[in-house]
Amino acid sequence: MTDSKTTNPATQTNMSPVAKFLRATELDTRLLGMFGALALIWLGFHYYGVIFNDFGAFLTARNLWNLSVQTSSIGIMATGMVLVIITRNIDLSVGALVGVTGMTMGILQVDILPAYLGLGNPAIWIITVILGITLGATIGAFHGWLIAYRGIPAFIVTLGGLLVWRGSAFLANNGKTISPVDSTFQLLGGGPYGAVGSTGSWIVGILACLGILWLTVSGRRNRLRHEFALRPMWAEIFVSGAAMAMVIGAVLLVNSYPWPIGIVKQYTEANGLTIPEGGLFISHGFAIPVLILAGVGIMMTILMTKTRFGRYVFAIGGNPEAAALAGINVKWMTLKIFALMGALAGLAGVVASARLNSATNALGVLDELYVIAAAVIGGTSLAGGVGTIYGAILGALVMQSLQTGMVLIGFDTSVQQIVVGSVLVLAVYLDNLYRKRTK
Amino acid sequence: MTDTNKTPLVELRDMSIAFGGIKAVDHVSIDLHAGEVVGLLGHNGAGKSTLIKCLSGAYQADSGEIYIEGKKVNIENPRDARAQNIETIYQTLALADNLNATANLFLGRELVNRFGMVDEGKMEAETRKIMARLNPNFRKFNEPVSALSGGQRQSVAIARAVYFNAKVLIMDEPTAALGPHETQMVSELIQELKAQGLGIFLIEHDIQNVMQLCDRAAVMKNGQMVGVENVADVTEDDILSMIILGKNPKKAT
Ligand SMILES: Nc1ncnc2c1ncn2[C@@H]1O[C@H](COP(=O)(O)OP(=O)(O)OP(=O)(O)O)[C@@H](O)[C@H]1O
Ligand SMILES: [Mg+2]
Repeated sequence: MTDSKTTNPATQTNMSPVAKFLRATELDTRLLGMFGALALIWLGFHYYGVIFNDFGAFLTARNLWNLSVQTSSIGIMATGMVLVIITRNIDLSVGALVGVTGMTMGILQVDILPAYLGLGNPAIWIITVILGITLGATIGAFHGWLIAYRGIPAFIVTLGGLLVWRGSAFLANNGKTISPVDSTFQLLGGGPYGAVGSTGSWIVGILACLGILWLTVSGRRNRLRHEFALRPMWAEIFVSGAAMAMVIGAVLLVNSYPWPIGIVKQYTEANGLTIPEGGLFISHGFAIPVLILAGVGIMMTILMTKTRFGRYVFAIGGNPEAAALAGINVKWMTLKIFALMGALAGLAGVVASARLNSATNALGVLDELYVIAAAVIGGTSLAGGVGTIYGAILGALVMQSLQTGMVLIGFDTSVQQIVVGSVLVLAVYLDNLYRKRTK
Repeated sequence: MTDTNKTPLVELRDMSIAFGGIKAVDHVSIDLHAGEVVGLLGHNGAGKSTLIKCLSGAYQADSGEIYIEGKKVNIENPRDARAQNIETIYQTLALADNLNATANLFLGRELVNRFGMVDEGKMEAETRKIMARLNPNFRKFNEPVSALSGGQRQSVAIARAVYFNAKVLIMDEPTAALGPHETQMVSELIQELKAQGLGIFLIEHDIQNVMQLCDRAAVMKNGQMVGVENVADVTEDDILSMIILGKNPKKAT
């Protein structure tokens, strides 16, 4: 080892150019691996379509936009599952929580609130969302209490929870579907109206780029202040440039996906406009659920990397006894983590029921498996102590890409299940190999 | 020599704790003065670690009382002990293996900036400062402590205990994994801290070290206190026979 205070790690000789590049940029090789896997999946499905169906449907604005919306609810929950798994627990009940919170919110906004506030009152969706998330958090906190203060293993508590809350979701409305939901609430699930349009997307994109620049500059300043080794300038420019290019690319993509003609007609008629010759191009832009996922991702990342809470989550996962001896209240932390997981499941319930424009008791069935798979594929270790939020979101995107891709090329559900199951096992195996090599 | 007439810094009175049928600590009393080092000796399983864990808040005694500077205190968990400025180096070190040295040093007491966010840079700078004193060869600041050697891990645990201005320091075999040079540095550290007026409980198997560093030696056997002697008044052999026979030679003669 050399002194990292005086020697810049990137200036060391006898390293391969790739290793040098990785050291200088401080990029996580796992992150690169996940981007690689994603590229492989996307290109694979697209060219499979090109070759066998004469049409590559995957790499189209329409499909990628839909993919982003479909990833949202699993992605939102996966960020919470990271904390649960890092602390050596598991939550099998999240899919059932989506069901029970979705049903409850359906009843609230369709049967109860309009009776008091009047149909279409703008407060309806707000109250519904708040109560839905609160319900999720309360159930999660109850699970956490049973686990931390009553010593029942998380596996059992949440397995029981899976059955109890799925059953409750059915009983809530005797198995009947509630539809349609409040018209503002519906926007939270995406769709042409539930997206921020071209200008909105540019604003989001530019804010994101400014954020990236700010992170780069403040990170550099912080290192200078404490006399730590700096990244070489070219590496800073490369990393922040690549990140901004991805943001701009995403903006261009979602803006190149126009509203369908039917919606454009409906919109122009409602606003007394006429469609010019050659049609009217109205961009979708980022879907609202995708922005919700992005917001959740940012907040959870800050929580995990910049706050004491996040530090304690990692410490508990690494060594629960040591965490307790360091004065961390492990039980209270466990309760809070499950409450947070429940709240995120409630939020996912919002997105999922809004997207379907209905609440059914089957909402979120099997989600727990996809959420756990997303977190694990994203590098969260089931042994505890290790995991990242961005990894879990990318993991959710990988899972959803596989699913969507197989639907596009016409695989049966049974084949889809076989592929997803095998990929999960393979991913964890590759992850094991990776960990051994980097240890 | 310490003035034993003053109010002791720490007083453990009649402490007992049992695990199942085993009386791990059986009606033990001991005190510690400011600027004093008290060595705790005894066979493996004698109850040394268990006794000090009652003081550090890791265990709750079944019975007994703890006095800090003459005031009775309730220590129900490690936070209570830390609040009384009692710092502990555990035999198992109690480090979170997945976190780096800095995160472990500040675990439970992270420095935060004005937005309430952990101040990584400042904490690392502080860690570098204290490690430069304790183990100048230490370089692995950005690696999880699972990647450190036993001695390096031990120096992280020591740094954590001495960084936070302890009044009472509990060291459970602090040099078990250290090389001769690092052991020497810890000995010097103990003397320095003692001169600053800290009270130190030192659990140590090496009798020579005890004779050199401690003011008093307390010997335990099977959960009971065999005796507490001024190191100046006894020989190595006296202590050895106390450990082995479980009898206090001075009281016998
Ligand atoms: N958490 C526990 N559960 C059950 N028994 C315990 C526990 N902790 C300690 N004991 C028992 O209490 C007794 C005293 O153990 P302790 O760790 O205090 O010994 P020690 O004097 O520190 O020994 P060593 O020199 O090996 O560190 C032993 O018989 C041990 O098995
Ligand atoms: Mg011991």
